[in-house]
Amino acid sequence: MIKPTNILSNHPKIEKGKALIEIRDVQKSFGDNHVLRGFNLDLYEKENLVIVGKSGSGKSVLIKCFVRLVEMDSGSVKVLGKEISELGQKELDELRTEVGFLFQGSALYDSMTVRENLEFPLRRHPDKLRGEKVEDLVIEALESVGLAHAIDLMPAELSGGMKRRIALARTIILRPKIILYDEPTSGLDPITSKEIIQLILDIQQKYNTASLIITHDMDCARVISNRMVILRDGINYAEGTYAELVQLKDPKVQAFFK
Amino acid sequence: MIKILTQSTQFKEIKDFFEEIGQISLFTTRFFREAVNPPVEWKELFRQCYIIGNQSLFLVTVTGFIMGLVLTLQVRPTMLEFGAESYMPSMVGISIIREIGPMITALICAGKIGSSMGAELGSMKVTEQIDAMEVSGTNPFKYLVVTRVLACTLMLPLLVIAADTVGLLGSFFIEYTKGAVTPVLFFNKVFMTIEFGDLLPSTIKSFFFGLVIGIVGCYKGYTSKKGTAGVGTAANSAVVVASLMVFLVDLIAVLAADIFYDL
Ligand SMILES: Nc1ncnc2c1ncn2[C@@H]1O[C@H](COP(=O)(O)OP(=O)(O)O)[C@@H](O)[C@H]1O
Ligand SMILES: [Mg+2]
Repeated sequence: MIKPTNILSNHPKIEKGKALIEIRDVQKSFGDNHVLRGFNLDLYEKENLVIVGKSGSGKSVLIKCFVRLVEMDSGSVKVLGKEISELGQKELDELRTEVGFLFQGSALYDSMTVRENLEFPLRRHPDKLRGEKVEDLVIEALESVGLAHAIDLMPAELSGGMKRRIALARTIILRPKIILYDEPTSGLDPITSKEIIQLILDIQQKYNTASLIITHDMDCARVISNRMVILRDGINYAEGTYAELVQLKDPKVQAFFK
Repeated sequence: MIKILTQSTQFKEIKDFFEEIGQISLFTTRFFREAVNPPVEWKELFRQCYIIGNQSLFLVTVTGFIMGLVLTLQVRPTMLEFGAESYMPSMVGISIIREIGPMITALICAGKIGSSMGAELGSMKVTEQIDAMEVSGTNPFKYLVVTRVLACTLMLPLLVIAADTVGLLGSFFIEYTKGAVTPVLFFNKVFMTIEFGDLLPSTIKSFFFGLVIGIVGCYKGYTSKKGTAGVGTAANSAVVVASLMVFLVDLIAVLAADIFYDL
C-alpha cells in the first residue's frame, strides 16, 4: 500500500559520492539534426538523478549513448571508470551487465513467458548467479516487484503497469550498480505511475543502485530526484535540486514547471 | 543536366536499389561471420526449425498436391495424342523434382516465412526488444538472425522433399484414375528416370532458396524503420524481395547446372 505522505515528500539533497558515470562533451547528430551538442554530466553513487526535457529533445539518444546502443559522434563517456568507446565487444557486454536499462515501452520479449524473460539475461551470464539457482533469483526478482504470481504469463496477458514491473524485475536480476530509466511512467495512468515511482525508490533502497531517470513528468521528477538536469538545445541547460530549479527566473527553465 | 538526372525519382529509385543490394550483401557477410563464430544458440535454432516446418508444411503439401494434379491433367492429353502415355510418370517426375517442387515450396515460404520473419523482427526492433537483448549482454544478431537464417536454410530442402512427394502422389492419383496405372509401375518409372544429376542440383538450389528467404526476411525486419508502419513495410517488402530473389537464384542455378553438364 502506498502512503500519500510518503510519496509527496521531496528527497533531501545527498552528499556527492564517487562518480559512476562521467559524461564529457557528448555530441550526436542525425544528418542535419544536431541532437546533442556537447553534453556534460556526472552520475554519483546512490543518487537519483532526473533528466527532464521536451519530447524529441534527445533524452533517449543521450542515455542510449551510455550503453553504446547509439554511437556518439564525439565526446567521452566513462561508465564505472571505463571509457566505453574504447571497449571491445566482450568487455562491453560485461560492462552492460552492470548497467540496467528500463526501456520506455518495457521491451519484454513477447515470444517468451515472464519466467523466460527473466531467465534470459541470467542464462547468458552464469557468473551472475552468485551461487544461487536461476529459479530462486527469478522468484526473488518477481517478489521485489510484487508480481510473483505472474511468472507463467505471456507479456501479451499483462497490463501496462505490470509490464513495466516485469521489465524492472528483468533489469534488476543481474544486480546492476546503475539503472537507467527511459520514461518509466510514460503511458501509465496517474495511480500506476505513482506505484512505479514508489517501486523505483524501493528498488533503489533495497539494492543500493544509482539511478538515472529520464522523464517529462514533473511530478515524477519532484518525487524521485535528489538532483535534476534540464536537457535543452542539446546541452545540460540547468542543474540543481527540484527546489532550486523551481526558483530560477530563466523563462526556458520556468516553462517546465508551468 | 546531371542535376536534373540526380533529382529525378527514377534516379533515386535506382540509387536506393543499389544501396539496398550493398546493405543486404553486408548483412549476408555478417551472417556468415557470426554463424561460424561459436557458441551456437541450439535451443533457439531447433525452435525456429520447428516453427518454420509447422508454419509451412501444410501449405506446401496442399499446393504440391494440387500442382501434381494440375500438371498431369494439363499434359496428359498432349502426351496421349503422341501416343507417349507411358512417358507420363517420367516426364512429370522430372518436372516436379527439378523445377516445380523447389519453386512452389520456395515461393510459398517466401510469402509465409519471409513475411513472418520481417514482421516479427520488425516489431522486436520498434518495441526495442532487440536493444534490450543487446544491453543484457547478448548478441541479438546471433540469437535472432543467425538461428532464423540457418533454420530456414536447413528446412527448405526438407519441405521441398515433402512437396515433391505429394506432387508425385497427386500425379499418380490422376494417372491411376484415368489411365489405371498401378502404384508400382508408376513409381518404378519415376525413379528409373530420376538420376542423381536431377536430385543434386535441385537440393543445392533448395538450400540457396532457404538462405535467401531467411536473409531477406531477417534483413527487412532487423533494419526496419521506427513506428508501426515500419513493421508493415518490413513484412511486405520481405515477401516481394524474397520472391524476386527466388526467381533469380533459380535462373542462376539452372544456368550453372547447364554449364556444368556441358563440360
Ligand atoms: N536512429 C535515429 N535516426 C535518426 N534520427 C533519430 C534517431 N533516433 C533519434 N532520432 C532523432 O533524435 C531526436 C531525439 O530523439 P529522442 O532521443 O528519441 O527524443 P526523446 O527526448 O523524446 O527521447 C529526434 O528528433 C529524433 O527524430
Ligand atoms: Mg524517448
